[in-house]
Amino acid sequence: MTKTFWLILLILSANAQAASPAEALQGYTAQAKQENPAYKAPSASKGDVFFHATHQLGNGTSVSCATCHTANPRQPGKTRANKEILPMAPSANTQRFTDAAKTEKWFRRNCQDVLERTCTAQEKSDFIAYLLSVK
Amino acid sequence: MFTRKLLQAGLLFGAIFTTGYLLADDHEGGGSRSLAPVTQPKWQAECASCHMLYHPGLLPERSWRKLMGGLDKHFGENASLDKLTQQEILQFLVANSADHNGSRRSEKIASSIPAQATPLRITETAYFQHKHDEISASVWKRPKIGSQSNCIACHSGAEKGNFSEDYVRIPR
Repeated sequence: MTKTFWLILLILSANAQAASPAEALQGYTAQAKQENPAYKAPSASKGDVFFHATHQLGNGTSVSCATCHTANPRQPGKTRANKEILPMAPSANTQRFTDAAKTEKWFRRNCQDVLERTCTAQEKSDFIAYLLSVK
Repeated sequence: MFTRKLLQAGLLFGAIFTTGYLLADDHEGGGSRSLAPVTQPKWQAECASCHMLYHPGLLPERSWRKLMGGLDKHFGENASLDKLTQQEILQFLVANSADHNGSRRSEKIASSIPAQATPLRITETAYFQHKHDEISASVWKRPKIGSQSNCIACHSGAEKGNFSEDYVRIPR
């Protein structure tokens, strides 16, 4: 019982720790450098290409991040089930990339849906760098 | 004379009251007749980020178990959750599912599903199809409706469990 209590408290406190998009970028960049020592710094232009690139899925349909998020990250997007998605660019949505667990959850889901694989830390780092550059 | 008047008035009053009661069959506030509004923060946050919030009373326990066990392939999308959140939401869905919440609408939904079937779509149930058999294909395709899974387009109180006929408004 006490163990569960402390576990819940730990999870809550970890979640409650609001991070900034810059911190998220820093974290993924550090991870990317670990994975690949040749990686020097995040590239907003590579993130731009990544965001807009279309991929042919196994079932024949073409998708990109922009399919749901629209080509302009300052604009709200729409899910396939007709629900609004708040803008991806932190300049248009201050909540974006402020919750590390939430950020990871959506990378996990959407990388699988769009790329049919997980994303590398380098891709995540470039992706956030691009979205931070959109003013 | 007076007794007769009183009797007439009583009869009239009784008739009005009974009519109201009978009409109330499909109404809100009918106690256990309609789905009671339910809340659960994780269910609301997680299940409504991509689509409208579907009331747990719309599917039986076995359907929710199957659905929550396959979130990595959720109607063609990856909606996977961490184990703890997934378990917590599943418990809530089961406790309020069509075969456990005690409302009459839920009972009707549950009993319209064959014992060996485990539908993942509410729209697959005989109850849903029977209730909507007068809606033509062209109505479903209206831009403001889009598909049968968009309950909230016509039932504005759908997320709170209100599917009463009185509140249905079909957009043009």
